[in-house]
Amino acid sequence: MAILITETTRVIVQGMSGRIGAFHAADMIRYGTNVVGGVTPGKGGETLLDRPLFNTVREAVEATGAEASLVFVPPPFAADAIMEAADAGIKTAVCVTDGIPSQDMMKVKRFLRRYQEARKMRLIGPNCAGIISPGKGFMGIMPPHIYRPGRIGIVGRSGTLGYEAAAQMNDLGIGVSTSVGIGGDPINGSSFRDILELFQNDPDTDAVMMIGEIGGPQEAEAAAWVAQNMTKPVVAYIAGLSAPKGRKMGHAGAIISAFGESAQEKVEILSAHGITVAPNPSAMGETMAAVLARRAAA
Amino acid sequence: MDIHEYQAKEILAKFGVPVPRGGLANSPEQAAYRARELGGKAWVVKAQVHAGGRGAAGGVKLCRSVDEVQTFAAGLFGKLLVTKQTDANGKGVYRLWVEGASEIAQEIYLGFVLDRKSERIMIVASAQGGMEIEDLAENAPDSLRRMTIDPAVGLSEFQARELAFSLGLKGGQIAQMVSILRACYRAYRDLDAVMVEINPLVITGTGDLVALDAKMSFDTNALFRRPEVAELRDRSQEDPRESTAGDHGLAYVGLDGDIGCIINGAGLAMATMDMIKLAGGEPANFLDIGGGASPERVVRAFRTVLADANVSVILVNIFAGINRCDWVAEGVVQAYREVGLTLPVVVRLAGTNVEGGKRIIQASGLPLISADTLAEAAAAAVAARPRNAA
Repeated sequence: MAILITETTRVIVQGMSGRIGAFHAADMIRYGTNVVGGVTPGKGGETLLDRPLFNTVREAVEATGAEASLVFVPPPFAADAIMEAADAGIKTAVCVTDGIPSQDMMKVKRFLRRYQEARKMRLIGPNCAGIISPGKGFMGIMPPHIYRPGRIGIVGRSGTLGYEAAAQMNDLGIGVSTSVGIGGDPINGSSFRDILELFQNDPDTDAVMMIGEIGGPQEAEAAAWVAQNMTKPVVAYIAGLSAPKGRKMGHAGAIISAFGESAQEKVEILSAHGITVAPNPSAMGETMAAVLARRAAA
Repeated sequence: MDIHEYQAKEILAKFGVPVPRGGLANSPEQAAYRARELGGKAWVVKAQVHAGGRGAAGGVKLCRSVDEVQTFAAGLFGKLLVTKQTDANGKGVYRLWVEGASEIAQEIYLGFVLDRKSERIMIVASAQGGMEIEDLAENAPDSLRRMTIDPAVGLSEFQARELAFSLGLKGGQIAQMVSILRACYRAYRDLDAVMVEINPLVITGTGDLVALDAKMSFDTNALFRRPEVAELRDRSQEDPRESTAGDHGLAYVGLDGDIGCIINGAGLAMATMDMIKLAGGEPANFLDIGGGASPERVVRAFRTVLADANVSVILVNIFAGINRCDWVAEGVVQAYREVGLTLPVVVRLAGTNVEGGKRIIQASGLPLISADTLAEAAAAAVAARPRNAA
């Protein structure tokens, strides 16, 4: 099954005719992702990569039955593009765009709440690498060949650190059911907790690798949820042990501004809730392997 | 992006927040002129730097004569002010704010911040102002009032009133506080701020509310639509290496160690720094070269890292997705030749076009140290440090 994307998920790309959008859409199609079209206002009726382009997401959904949208729209227009997808009935939107103003994201989050549960859109990102179900399809900018198909879920803020985890697991023969980048911004569409819940309910996921970092309350919230609700093992790593307080470390959201937001504090909170924390970023794979071996022996 | 106190006061005053009368001075003589112009018997002279804790660091003084204003100003201009919020180098004082002294009956803390939990703007207030919010949270947590604002509706009058009453304000102060809260909220929303802080907001001898200090910080992602905010940027208050790096699309943060880092992705950069620390070294910097890095950008990253004289080893760690290892490798080779590198360089490449990248590194014949994994790279960087490094 995997979560969020499979080989049958009908995907559109908002901003597909842009240079970056076209490059990654081609990569997604090569991998076997079911890309059914693209949206660029003003280019409706044209084709690109043998797929139809539409002026609006609504037209794209009506013509193709698209369920998922990858948003490759520049920061000033990205929030609007996300809301357009939600209003057109898209189920899952993944936004890669880095640099969306935080008040735009406040507005987006408020907007998404106006729909009833059944037709509420799930947003992944922004400022994320995307999602991949290895061997099935992906929406985003990751190098898909580093992911081995398997039964471990990955959820993380950072794109490249997520690649690192997937590569370490691949070297140990451990494969991935789905990998989800939730993004490095202070306000994001889906939290760690949201994605952990999807993995908990996915019959094809046995355990989850959770990769957090300094800043914000999400890792602590996820830990509390895991302790209460999760029966599958969770292995974690928190980046930024050497990050100074009050400085923004690349990601807009990676800044220690309150109690409980440093890497040390997050590691303590996670450990206290029964999550196995990898001692260093080079040991993410082997920590997962050890947890799986322990579980198999039990 | 931070701005100065006097700029924040000008902005907030425009939105309707009462502030004391004052004037900006770019020299000691001008400070004295400002004091005479303002009149009265006492003035507060305040160093304009992008950091809190100015009072305790000697950057703020109550002066009782124009001569005293000028003498104090002369001692401050051009100095580096080191406060508990700056690093050891401090921040340069090139502007002073002179304002008439206010009589203070009570100090209130008022802050507007982005609350990541509710994903809304949150007001934090306390009737025990004057100390930093961190100290308030530790010493008087029960005095803190918090309130979040629905972005679809904005700050309601009743919310503002509730907050005003909960701070123990009375009579005409309630209406004044409601007006100040709404003004701050509009300034925050309309200018894409990420922080507005008035500390202290004082009750004067006549019972009126006045913003004695003000701080504003802005969302850099929104500067494209706030040109009037963007032009308030003061580069003299920034680490020159960080602002130059930023101009070239590199996210750079200077640190105290000696292992220079060039990495792609913020998370991997932080993880690599952690790994260096665990291997017994100290990172000299955080640097994310971002996606789609060209050889030129890699060369620029080398120059940025090498501008730090403490750097004795460079560690390049790239896990390419949107990037290409062969481009990065070309950049490394180019940097080595152009910059005339003599320091040891450890290179770890993975992901897109990794074979091409490794071939370029090998074929270059340069004394680059290759590593396959994150752990190997960190260990190699620590081992390559000169013996005498701290």
